[in-house]
Amino acid sequence: MTEGRMLNTFVVYVENKPGVLTRVASLFRRRAFNIDSLTVGRTEKPEVSRMTITVEADPDQARRIEANLYKLVNVLLVDNITREPSIARDLAMIKVAAAQEVRPHVLELAKVFRARVVDVALESLTIEITGTEDKIDSLVEVLRPYGVMEMVRTGIVAMRRGKRSLGPTQSNVVVEDAEDENIAQSA
Amino acid sequence: MTMKMTGAQILWECLEREGVEHVFGYPGGAILPAYDALKHSRIHHILVRHEQGATHMADGYARASGRVGVAVATSGPGATNMVTGIATAMMDSSPIVCITGQVGSRLIGSDAFQETDITGVTLPITKHNALVTRADEVARTIREAFYVARSGRPGPVLVDITKDAQQASCEFDWEAAKPQLPGYRPDLSPAEAEYVRALELLARAKRPVILAGQGVLASGAMGEVRELAERAQIPVALTLLGLGALPASHPLNLGMMGMHGEAWVNHAIQNADLLLALGMRFDDRVTGAKESYAPLAKKIHVEIDPAEINKNVKVDVALVGDLREVLRALLPRVEPGDRSEWLKWIEGHQGDAAVRDIQSLEDNGHLYAAHVINDLWIETRESNTVVVTDVGQHQMWEAQYYKHEDPRSLVTSGGLGTMGFALPAAIGAKVARPEAEVWVVVGDGGFQMTMAELATMVQEKLKINVAIINNGYLGMVRQWQEFFYERNYQSTPLLSPDFVRLAEAYGIRSMRVTKRGGVVPAVRAAREHEGPVVIDFRVEQEDSVYPMVAAGAPLHEMIRRPSPLVETAADD
Ligand SMILES: Cc1ncc(C[n+]2csc(CCOP(=O)(O)OP(=O)(O)O)c2C)c(N)n1
Ligand SMILES: [Mg+2]
Repeated sequence: MTEGRMLNTFVVYVENKPGVLTRVASLFRRRAFNIDSLTVGRTEKPEVSRMTITVEADPDQARRIEANLYKLVNVLLVDNITREPSIARDLAMIKVAAAQEVRPHVLELAKVFRARVVDVALESLTIEITGTEDKIDSLVEVLRPYGVMEMVRTGIVAMRRGKRSLGPTQSNVVVEDAEDENIAQSA
Repeated sequence: MTMKMTGAQILWECLEREGVEHVFGYPGGAILPAYDALKHSRIHHILVRHEQGATHMADGYARASGRVGVAVATSGPGATNMVTGIATAMMDSSPIVCITGQVGSRLIGSDAFQETDITGVTLPITKHNALVTRADEVARTIREAFYVARSGRPGPVLVDITKDAQQASCEFDWEAAKPQLPGYRPDLSPAEAEYVRALELLARAKRPVILAGQGVLASGAMGEVRELAERAQIPVALTLLGLGALPASHPLNLGMMGMHGEAWVNHAIQNADLLLALGMRFDDRVTGAKESYAPLAKKIHVEIDPAEINKNVKVDVALVGDLREVLRALLPRVEPGDRSEWLKWIEGHQGDAAVRDIQSLEDNGHLYAAHVINDLWIETRESNTVVVTDVGQHQMWEAQYYKHEDPRSLVTSGGLGTMGFALPAAIGAKVARPEAEVWVVVGDGGFQMTMAELATMVQEKLKINVAIINNGYLGMVRQWQEFFYERNYQSTPLLSPDFVRLAEAYGIRSMRVTKRGGVVPAVRAAREHEGPVVIDFRVEQEDSVYPMVAAGAPLHEMIRRPSPLVETAADD
């Protein structure tokens, strides 16, 4: 009847008004859908904000999530890009314990992952990495033995590939970050 | 043309332009500027006794008339008292607009006196809400509120207006304040392919049943539903809120489905090969156990709210759009059908009715609630009557024994099942339709929740008849305790005041009936009396509503009325 549950990615355009984030978050809570990640930010249009929401759902639930989002008066457009060619990125800052002896190893790992060192202290390094969730997870995994002291992640932002894009704007040309191509896994 | 006005003046001006003639409200500090400006308005303000009452009145007004009802309250406790009424309207898709005062905009967030974040509180129980902090936002927000409340799937909208926004002045320009809701699209319509699939299923069906819900009334599709049923010879089962969508006397009208629906109706659904759901949402009270619901049936769902599709029951075809428009597009393409075999099969099951033939039941000295409802129906059937029911056993008996012929002749809280709804909702109904004969059918429990509104009724000189079905119990809960909790009547026996003397204290004509023979004379006396009347019907204390599908049980497994009460063919 239904295919299995999977992580769905929704791009949601909303009116940039106070309280809209609460409305969206409240809807997911009320309908008992668990948000995996939610990001919100400005777009090329000042009156429009853009959210990327990832949520575990089967196809039928995903359709209902979309329909329920549309019931919010301030929601302009919902695009479920789960099955569309798209780019999804997460940004993390990871503070790793890095005393003199191990510092070269940590730097080496950062280099392999094309991560940047953004802060250097006596006993620690702070690494910034942008990429897919998987890529960041992998970096965190290999850094863990050195001691991850602190970490912050932004949550996923996503966009359809190519020129065509749904949304209240036409000029959504995506330029692929060539450097990342070898590690980025496209959907 | 524009002119300078205060936010408060703009508020009333906009309500007038939206067609509002009556508002139900209660004043307080944060809404005082609005009340002060009311003196310049043609709008009649009805002073309630509790803000919950104001919301139910607005709701009853909307349900009885189809027009948007309006309730007004102050900030803090005034606003929070509205919550139950708003949730009630939300569950039953009733178009109301609630206006609340809010503390001054500079005080917001400071826990100022009587500050409550009411837009936050009502977020999940409104179709939409808004906080207005500037006078020049009042007009647009009010226009948007009315537009959202009545379009698409109707629902409650709350507008919270700060005191300073009411006091400040600005240019008022109605034209420039047009709704600007770029994301709101209430007017969906189905794709051609969906029509084709629906028509195929219809043509093939041998045992179809139409399930008609409140959406029929909301979209005004009574004529279209009737035409469809007659042309294709499809029997029609109704939800509680759908009663009146097709006359009870219509030969294709089966009656109410669901938990307390008649046996043959539920059997027809369980044996159908096609369900055509029109403006209903497969609530658990009408489906019983989902796994065993109408297992043989293909399902077509005509519904205005896409979020309802496949929510409770998986359907084969969904036609998302306004019911009336969808049926108008569908009807010319529907083949006339002959389903006499299927209709005969259903008729055969009508002998299996659980409804007592109460007319032939001898008068054994007991007064059953069913007697009261039946006799009330017989007496009032010829007139333009609106029955407003509360929640409990009496509500179900009313639905079973009062044969509703007309749309909007029953007003009741279905989805939320809000006790205390009836009396205030009836006040709203009477205000909306002064020419109608309005009857309240209410339990002794629910009546005591909002009986303070008797004073509102008297103050407004409203001719409303109140029938208290007084069984000395929170009857519906007692029934569940009898069936499922070994008759442990914990906290359901109920002490009541002397309702006759209580009513008299309000200056209301009142009487008590304890025998069946007293029902008709009391109803007649009430109808003849010019002012409002309260009748205390002392009915059988431990009577139960039959048949009953236990919560979560399959729809065809009904608890039946035990003898010695007679079970006969469909009552008439
Ligand atoms: C506000 C509210 N509280 C509790 C309930 C649960 N409840 C449903 S029916 C019922 C009993 C109603 O008793 P009464 O008004 O006397 O009507 P009866 O069932 O006896 O006809 C109760 C307590 C409810 N529906 N609404
Ligand atoms: Mg009772």
